[in-house]
Amino acid sequence: MKLMLHVAPGIVREPLIASVILETSALVNIERASIDAVSGEIVLEVLPEKCREVKEAFERRGVEVVLLEMPVIRDEDECVHCGACVSVCPTGTFRFDNWLVVADSGKCIQCGACVTGCPQRALRLVLK
Amino acid sequence: MQEKSLSEINQRIRDGSVCVVTADQMPELVDELGPAGAVREVDVVTTGTFGAMCSSGVFLNLGHSDPPIKILKAYLNKVEAYGGVAAVDLFLGATQPSIDRGIEYGGAHVIEDLVSGKQVEVEAEGAGTDCYPQLELETNLRLDDFNQATMVNPRNAYQKYNAATNSSDRTMHTYMGTLLPRYGNVHYSGAGVLSPISNDPNFDYIGMGTRIFLGGAQGYVIGSGTQHNPQSGFSTLMVTGDLKQMSNRYLRAATFHKYGPSLYIGIGIPIPILNERMAKNTAVRDRDILTNIVDYGIQRRDRPTVKVVSYEDLKSGSVEINGKEVNTSSLSSYYMAQEVADKLKDSILCGEFLLTQPAETLSRVGSARPMKQTREFPNVEDVMSRDVVTVREDIFIDEAAKAIVGGSFDHLPVISLDGRLKGIVTTWDISKAVANGKISLVSEIMTRKVHSAQPDEPIELAARKLDTYSISALPVVDKDNRVIGMITSNDLSRLFTGRR
Repeated sequence: MKLMLHVAPGIVREPLIASVILETSALVNIERASIDAVSGEIVLEVLPEKCREVKEAFERRGVEVVLLEMPVIRDEDECVHCGACVSVCPTGTFRFDNWLVVADSGKCIQCGACVTGCPQRALRLVLK
Repeated sequence: MQEKSLSEINQRIRDGSVCVVTADQMPELVDELGPAGAVREVDVVTTGTFGAMCSSGVFLNLGHSDPPIKILKAYLNKVEAYGGVAAVDLFLGATQPSIDRGIEYGGAHVIEDLVSGKQVEVEAEGAGTDCYPQLELETNLRLDDFNQATMVNPRNAYQKYNAATNSSDRTMHTYMGTLLPRYGNVHYSGAGVLSPISNDPNFDYIGMGTRIFLGGAQGYVIGSGTQHNPQSGFSTLMVTGDLKQMSNRYLRAATFHKYGPSLYIGIGIPIPILNERMAKNTAVRDRDILTNIVDYGIQRRDRPTVKVVSYEDLKSGSVEINGKEVNTSSLSSYYMAQEVADKLKDSILCGEFLLTQPAETLSRVGSARPMKQTREFPNVEDVMSRDVVTVREDIFIDEAAKAIVGGSFDHLPVISLDGRLKGIVTTWDISKAVANGKISLVSEIMTRKVHSAQPDEPIELAARKLDTYSISALPVVDKDNRVIGMITSNDLSRLFTGRR
């Protein structure tokens, strides 16, 4: 499952991920991280059984954590099922099924490549 | 040879006995029945395509105002429409961006809004003549308020289209969508087996006056489209239809990121199966339709072909480029192309759509020549400085500093023992290293990811690189990556001030 972390300015310099991994012994995959001097936004993949523990460990450290259940949403009226989103996605979220574009939202890491790549402007990222 | 006439087929459409199939069903039918059997069994094959067709637009007649106006400039929802025709006639092109929202809203969006029944804001400036005294005008109009709204598209329904990839090391945003760096993906367009012209490549039927499905209405082929090039398998059509009859399901405005607006249009053409040759032509499969994958990483007109592939390869989801599996995806919608072919089939079956006898067949010879450019722009080699000083990567920075001071430049290309470009150091890099109190080798402080220019490259492209990467100089290299010159932003600005 995917967790999105919003790291506030005051704690962005602390080794948050490392300390949560040591505390929870969770196998964590960093899917995406954008961190600058003042804040950070990180997407982590965590096994479902560890998800709650990891989420709480981050929250105790002052990190805002959101479970990404539907990371990207599609306006069904706008989508023409062209497929411009299919090959630009780094994690293979979209595929054709009988020439309809279907999405496996669980794979999305909210990089936004599909949003700019969609000619119909049918896609948008949740919480962005 | 089994033969049939168009009037026989139209008679069957009228009496409800016509047999219509979609073009994707034809290959198996012809395999099963043979061409002669297919002519006996099948009367009409419907084709369909649904994709971005930039060369599209609408002629609009606004009716006369009081006092009357001769429109010089006109905007519909802040999108400029061409007024250089009669007083209140305008041509609204699909790709024209708006002056307020830029490419996110353009001519295509105005067209979609009109078809969706929305009101658009019209602003016009007049010439002010004795017969047309009005100078300015503002009004709000819906599609019904125009006397005529006639779609006229100079180039639609490409027989097939080159697929696109990108060898460069940055993501490119093109009219072929987002192209990821280092051959990261392939985008293609076109319906393959359902493509109208691919099912009638010699124009045995399609011609001037052929009735077609256009944007949900009945439209017509006017003739061959611009850049029509049947010799190379890239034929195109010019088409027309009444916008007032069209549907926003089959006309969809689009914006290609960092490129501009375009219009997705659904076009379907019925092909009567009059003889065995037409049966064979409509039995074309995806694997029979070949196209090139071209490299958009090379920003020139003649983009190199990376590979020749079939639509079957492209539709499979991946192709191999230089030994690597590369994901493919389409920009046109095959799902909607199928819907167009089905919709056309249904309207023929229920007797609403009769086939026309073209007034003239389309030309089997066309022209898509490059532009004749009478004003020559300089290439990089005409502008670059040739007295370039380079240093080897294994010297210390103090020697590099001496080389910079000895010349009058800020950039020092770094070369390997055999003279090939390895990196670049700037006066800033050296100052920083000295300030840190460290004597290092040039190879430790140089920028390794160095952008360069080719001598035969137009200066526009070099200028674009300087701009894109926010740098001020590019080493110019020959085919073996040996430095032969340097082009700087100073060289380019001197072109404009005329000091050379």
